[in-house]
Amino acid sequence: MSSLLEVTDLHTSFFTDAGEVKAVNGISFFLDRGKVLGIVGESGSGKSVTAYSILQILAPTGRIVSGSVKLDGQELVGAGEKAMQDVRGNKISIIFQDPMTSLNPTYTIGHQLMEAIMLHTKRDKREAWDRAVEMLRLVNINEPEKRMRQYPFEQSGGMRQRIMIAMALACEPDILIADEPTTALDVTIQAQILELMQDLQRKLGMAIIMITHDLGVVAQMCDEIVVMYAGSYCERGTAEEIFYNPKHEYTKGLLRSIPTLDTMGRKLQPITGTPIDLLNLPEGCPFAPRCDAAMRICIRQAPASMDINEFHKASCWMNVKALAETEAALEDDGAADAAETPEGGDAK
Amino acid sequence: MSTETRPLVEIQHLKEYFPINTGFFKTTPLKAVDDVSFTINRGETLGLVGESGCGKTTVGRTILHLYKPTDGLVIYDGKPIETKEDLAEYRTKTTMVFQDPYSSLNPRMTVSDIIAEPLDVHKLYTDPKQREERVLELMDHVGLNSEHASRYAHEFSGGQRQRIGIARALAINPEFIVCDEPVSALDVSIQAQVINMFDELQDRFGLTYLFIAHDLLVVRHISDRIAVMYLGKMVELASSEEIYDHPLHPYTKSLISAVPIPDPKIARANRRISLQGDIPSPLNAPSGCPFRTRCPYATDACAASMPAFEEIESGHFVACHRVNEINT
Ligand SMILES: Nc1ncnc2c1ncn2[C@@H]1O[C@H](COP(=O)(O)OP(=O)(O)OP(=O)(O)O)[C@@H](O)[C@H]1O
Ligand SMILES: Nc1ncnc2c1ncn2[C@@H]1O[C@H](COP(=O)(O)OP(=O)(O)OP(=O)(O)O)[C@@H](O)[C@H]1O
Ligand code: SF4
Ligand code: SF4
Ligand SMILES: [Mg+2]
Ligand SMILES: [Mg+2]
Repeated sequence: MSSLLEVTDLHTSFFTDAGEVKAVNGISFFLDRGKVLGIVGESGSGKSVTAYSILQILAPTGRIVSGSVKLDGQELVGAGEKAMQDVRGNKISIIFQDPMTSLNPTYTIGHQLMEAIMLHTKRDKREAWDRAVEMLRLVNINEPEKRMRQYPFEQSGGMRQRIMIAMALACEPDILIADEPTTALDVTIQAQILELMQDLQRKLGMAIIMITHDLGVVAQMCDEIVVMYAGSYCERGTAEEIFYNPKHEYTKGLLRSIPTLDTMGRKLQPITGTPIDLLNLPEGCPFAPRCDAAMRICIRQAPASMDINEFHKASCWMNVKALAETEAALEDDGAADAAETPEGGDAK
Repeated sequence: MSTETRPLVEIQHLKEYFPINTGFFKTTPLKAVDDVSFTINRGETLGLVGESGCGKTTVGRTILHLYKPTDGLVIYDGKPIETKEDLAEYRTKTTMVFQDPYSSLNPRMTVSDIIAEPLDVHKLYTDPKQREERVLELMDHVGLNSEHASRYAHEFSGGQRQRIGIARALAINPEFIVCDEPVSALDVSIQAQVINMFDELQDRFGLTYLFIAHDLLVVRHISDRIAVMYLGKMVELASSEEIYDHPLHPYTKSLISAVPIPDPKIARANRRISLQGDIPSPLNAPSGCPFRTRCPYATDACAASMPAFEEIESGHFVACHRVNEINT
């Protein structure tokens, strides 16, 4: 059975004066109907650009260079603007990182909601009004009729975020992409919004792509996790696999670096070094310059994605057991090169 | 009182009201900080948490007298800050680290000049060579490379900029630092480096911190005790363990339960106490208990009077009329 959304070896670049910025570098993942997928990774790792590539709403200098995005089996890369408009209106909605920039300050909430509804469904003004009120009620906004006549600046941050969700849901999408939907909010408001999203996801049976740097949010919400580094996934799998059985050194470092309930009084273990320069991607593993476990081969050759198990893939040479052992032996006598072709771990 | 038991910082009934124009010739006081009292011991980190707009930054600034308190008293090392002279001396021992490493540093100044600015202001050197040596020493304290001295702040990453800000704060050899969301703007992996640095500097120089943050796991990690604010008022204060394991105030309970725990099994088993409604505007604060419009336990008595901030258990302060009924 094919997935609702399948992204395969996607490459997206921005062509700037300074050169080609390889923002997305061969990312692959899939999303099944009704599931929640989390995308995590440090700032600049390509999370938003991945989302924009799926919807093909990149800045003018950006372009999908290669790869495939399939929605329900239909190829979207190269499908043309008309097909994409249909996708954006009816199948995939997005909540942007900053709600204030995506609501128009000069129109009422009602006007903007109705506009979106009439654009994507065959409803007249009266029906669109009713639908908009219904959507506001669905996202737990009290006195929805009154809010319809108000402007965005009259709403609190949490309220605006809920209105954005209402707007994104108005056309009943199959997939909701939420780009840092709660980063700007307080924890109690964040909890309300996350609960609301989970509730709607169950009620409406939609799938969600949750982009965030908050591992707590991911742990709470997501079935599957994609960990991004330098525009690609370094690791992906079920939430349990990623949290309890991480198989990439970046993910391990990330999990060690956050305060949890039992780090009190202990030192956190930060990831050292600086984030990657996308204009000059290294030849080998992109994480090698910051990786404490880096081996010789890591610098020379990028690790392929390896199956850890049925639910888990990682791109790290450490998972080639034979290789890690050889390297350790070589470290000891400082002799010859590591094996060129790794054994074990079925590199694909 | 001996120096042993005397707190380094003590604030009593601190108030900071901002006059807001609410019509022709009419101003209404916005009670950003309303009757807040607490103490901070020498070498201690007191965490300060609460929702956006509840008054955390204003508390921090008012303690340092960057805002003149509308009312109340700041007592530093046993001495009330009252006269101009008190204030001048107080300024040489206290300082602030800001949230946003991007906007709090002047882009046209070199790293060296940014760090040396407090040295210039307080005339803390006799010749240029001494100034330069001190700058290099400060850069070393925060793990910045000496060759960075002549570069501009905008050439640095967020984590490095925060280090520059901290080096600058350390320039006067402070005893007490108000840290206003110093890691909030940083990426998680960089956050850990900066948090560790605060820890190390505290050990090394015996610093005392008021640490403001909205990430409760970060606050818990770094603080000895935690104070919780709501709408300009203090609602609870206790040791970090107590606040997390036995919160007594209804607001603190919901706040703690709302924290997403980075562990799937715990996060999914967690029962959240969700709050209805939004935070009221401080211009239009409810009568009585500020939390009553969202509190699941509110009764008429809660609207009638403001509950006192009282020590319910040893070292555990709470402001709630019904604290005993709720917690039995
Ligand atoms: N219009 C653009 N022109 C050039 N480079 C761009 C453009 N948009 C994004 N990039 C670059 O692409 C990379 C990935 O950016 P992206 O916004 O996807 O990061 P992100 O993972 O969403 O980060 P954050 O957590 O900060 O939102 C970054 O290095 C960014 O500088
Ligand atoms: N200089 C000022 N003049 C008028 N009102 C102010 C001023 N500074 C703060 N306020 C108001 O005082 C209240 C408390 O603000 P403060 O910045 O202290 O909150 P905070 O808890 O630090 O919030 P955040 O978490 O968003 O930083 C807010 O309602 C704010 O709008
Ligand atoms: S492949 Fe090598 S450098 Fe990359 S994460 Fe694994 S061990 Fe580290
Ligand atoms: S005083 Fe009343 S309204 Fe306030 S927290 Fe206690 S029970 Fe709730
Ligand atoms: Mg982004
Ligand atoms: Mg603040």
